[in-house]
Amino acid sequence: MHGRRQTREKWTLLAPAMLVLALITLIPLANTLWLSFTDTRISALPVPVNFIGLENYIYALTDPDFQAALYRTLYFTIVSVGLEGILGVAVAVLLNQEFKGRLVLRALIILPWAVPTIVNAVAWRLIYHPDYGALNSLLFQLGLISDYRSWIGDPATAMNMVILADVWKNFPLVAYVALAALQTVPGDLTKAAAVEGAGPWKRFVSITLPWIAGPLMVVMVLRTIEAFRVFDIVYVMTGGGPADSTKTASFYVYQEYFNYLRSGSGASYAVLVAGISAVLILVYYSASRRQAQGAVA
Amino acid sequence: MRRSFSHSLIVYGCALLLAAFTAGPLLWLVVMSISAPTDLTEVPLRWIPSELDFSRYASLLSLEGGNGERFLSALRNSILTAGGATTAALLLAIPAAYAFSRRRASMVLLFAFLATIMMPPITYILPLYSTFSAFGLLNHTVTLVIVYTAMLLPFATWLMKANIDVLPLEVEQAAFMEGAGTAYTIREVVLPLALPAIAATAMLSFLVAWDEFFYALIFTNDLSSKTLPVAIADFSAGRVTDYGVIASVGVLATLPPAILAIAFQKFIVSGLVAGSVKG
Repeated sequence: MHGRRQTREKWTLLAPAMLVLALITLIPLANTLWLSFTDTRISALPVPVNFIGLENYIYALTDPDFQAALYRTLYFTIVSVGLEGILGVAVAVLLNQEFKGRLVLRALIILPWAVPTIVNAVAWRLIYHPDYGALNSLLFQLGLISDYRSWIGDPATAMNMVILADVWKNFPLVAYVALAALQTVPGDLTKAAAVEGAGPWKRFVSITLPWIAGPLMVVMVLRTIEAFRVFDIVYVMTGGGPADSTKTASFYVYQEYFNYLRSGSGASYAVLVAGISAVLILVYYSASRRQAQGAVA
Repeated sequence: MRRSFSHSLIVYGCALLLAAFTAGPLLWLVVMSISAPTDLTEVPLRWIPSELDFSRYASLLSLEGGNGERFLSALRNSILTAGGATTAALLLAIPAAYAFSRRRASMVLLFAFLATIMMPPITYILPLYSTFSAFGLLNHTVTLVIVYTAMLLPFATWLMKANIDVLPLEVEQAAFMEGAGTAYTIREVVLPLALPAIAATAMLSFLVAWDEFFYALIFTNDLSSKTLPVAIADFSAGRVTDYGVIASVGVLATLPPAILAIAFQKFIVSGLVAGSVKG
């Protein structure tokens, strides 16, 4: 009896949350899936809809523009998250040292993380401004460039400039997680290794890094999932340009929906993007499971 | 092990570089916001303003003139949506978190909760748009509150669960022994003990909602409902040629989250770590 009452209570406690999530995520997801098999062309329903089977998918999978958008997204994700990882760990190692002003610096690096994404995008857009931007002026005055450049107006550099802005905002997250993990590294272990003659780099690679690998992995996968759906920073900084050089997958779907009003076709792209995200989310699940079990053991 | 002089030199050098990289863009945003318009269009730039010009802040914070009205209504909408969604998400998340923590609800279900918000918003946007449009709910603050509640809910549940897990079980058991029901126990025993965790969860949720752009971009297009991120995107895409105005809006929109982040720094660290390390 007791057990049954507890089970009923469990579902009563969960029901409101599950209802809201079903309404806002599950039902729309099913709806998007359904739309992806139709030729719906405008976003305002109801309209005549024809079921066309896999036609949208066949088109989407052979669409070179969409493939290019996926590659761009992949590039953005790998380079952003990679740099955030390297910078984050380096910063954590630095902040793990004893020095004056350490706590001030620790508080300071939370600020980029607190800056709203859109403010971040707008601020860097001003910094990159071809005529009056701080970057051109700084590099020119330091003698590093002789001509002002159009950093986000040039397809060759635009994506990397967006990445720099993203790294600036997001490295603190990795740094904080890495720092928390670093503080659990037993000093005995590194001291013993030092006595045995291992240099700082060797100690870092063979002791510290494996020790913090679990939490680091989890936060990096989390960042990967977030980076893969990048939209807002691109929307504000470059609008997908120049010459589509920053048009990422989410941006591609957005245009298919709201600029070209091709709902059915857009939905098939959205499902493909969601499918890739789902794989990443499963990786995250297994990484965090392993981490949780490791923490218990 | 005593540190050598060269080692200290490297540490302080790196610290200085990091401080410059982190603070530089923010400092420049502030400088732009108080520089005279002519300073901002000098080539090469004038780094230190020739005179301090606070007029943009004055105009943004007054209802006189278009920019101030646009900014203040967006500020109001952002406070309402982020505050409303945070409250609603916590009201739903606390019972759910209690079920996950104390009633052995499946962890796979909790992960399914999380998976829904990890999906790109583009997955849900079109059906949501059609539905809200059919109900005449576009351009309503309440629409964003609903969507943001769903967006914050899994995250808040997760954080609250991690925090309820570590509360001592004995007090709850004593309450049950005395015949208290679950709802009463949650309200009178768990909530007071979990207050710091609730504050931390609320603060992080508020920041996430404050930052949201995509849904707000799609679901709002007038003064009555546009939030700050959308208003800022408008300022920067619009005809405003005074970059100082854009910078001022950016500074003002950053102040609330920056103050929260600094004040709750310890919470953020433990919240993020609970979120990304404990899994």
